[in-house]
Amino acid sequence: MAKVKMSKKATSIDMTAMCDVAFLLLTFFILTATAKAPEALPVDTPSSTTQTKLPETGLVMLTVGKSDGKEQVFYGMKDRAIRSGALDYMAQKYKIEFTDKEKAEFALVDEFGVPIEGLKQLLSMKSSERVKKGVQSGVPCDSINNQLQDWIQAARKANIENGGTKELDFAIKGDAKEFYPQIKKVMDILQDQKINSFNLVTGLRGKDY
Amino acid sequence: MAELNTGDGGGKKGSKKVRSKKSNSKVDLTAMVDLAFLLITFFMLTTSLSKPQSMDLGLPDKEDKKEPEKDIKVDQRRTMTILMGKDNKIKWFHGLLEAPEPGGAPTDAVYGKNGLRKEILKRVVSIPQVTGDKDKGMIVIIKPSKKSTYRNLVDVLDEMAICDVPTYAIVNDITPEEQKLIDEMNK
Repeated sequence: MAKVKMSKKATSIDMTAMCDVAFLLLTFFILTATAKAPEALPVDTPSSTTQTKLPETGLVMLTVGKSDGKEQVFYGMKDRAIRSGALDYMAQKYKIEFTDKEKAEFALVDEFGVPIEGLKQLLSMKSSERVKKGVQSGVPCDSINNQLQDWIQAARKANIENGGTKELDFAIKGDAKEFYPQIKKVMDILQDQKINSFNLVTGLRGKDY
Repeated sequence: MAELNTGDGGGKKGSKKVRSKKSNSKVDLTAMVDLAFLLITFFMLTTSLSKPQSMDLGLPDKEDKKEPEKDIKVDQRRTMTILMGKDNKIKWFHGLLEAPEPGGAPTDAVYGKNGLRKEILKRVVSIPQVTGDKDKGMIVIIKPSKKSTYRNLVDVLDEMAICDVPTYAIVNDITPEEQKLIDEMNK
């Protein structure tokens, strides 16, 4: 009888410790994972075989895409400190006063695509309403009203003021179907400010391409 | 603590009361651990894989046209020009358009492994042998036309990275002769 009991006990394993460890790791990964914010201008990036990842900080993203048949450029800054610094510069330049609440709200905006005149209205909206189609019409970047250039300049100034030792990185996230002249226009705006090196955001392509 | 309920019929058939109490205190954690590890795997993979890739691109300084530009003479044996047209069409030639190198007359090609890459790889190897200098490798001139897409540009730049082309440049001025070729291709 005693022999039979022993063999039965060997089949049961104490799972408590394993469960503890598993949930500890799970908690860690959930907390470190960043939720993907809904994109204001969804683009389908082309794929490439490069393995370099985009930098996490000190990045300015210029999204070039098409919405409602119109070419649009959206602008996004990764660091919150740079966001508020850049807004101050833009407010000064375009003589628009922003309240503290609006400034705080702007620091949370990942990406936007409105002229500075319409920024107040955008900030008063809920974040779920902002990503609706037709709400944001793109940052003006033509030769008469080149706000994109001013935003880039503002971000660079804010970066220096923040004591940033590294130059900002600029990334262009273009839609694969976008025609070359549109991309070139954005590149030219960057190059006009002597930014000659930037990143092109791409997806990952299979090895056997 | 937590053990598998193996339903041991170990003797004592009479004491049913005691046995039921014991099995209540044990919880089967196997399914819970399964679930936890599944979620861990999911979060681990999504955190590191969701970061987008990026391609570094350096462009030459824009000159303000104050100084007269100095033409740098480049051996035409080293240059391959890629003209990008609409609808993913592509045309390339090796050397000068008027006097192409042997086997380098303007040819249509497709993107990818069996099209453009073959031609580039062939020349990446052959050009240093022709020039007789390892440092004088291939130069690729990429000319995207107005109708080419961003995907085409990234594809060609990717091709440069795959083939280890030592020098390449995106050139925006297209000569009238080249424009003719592009118009022909776009038809």
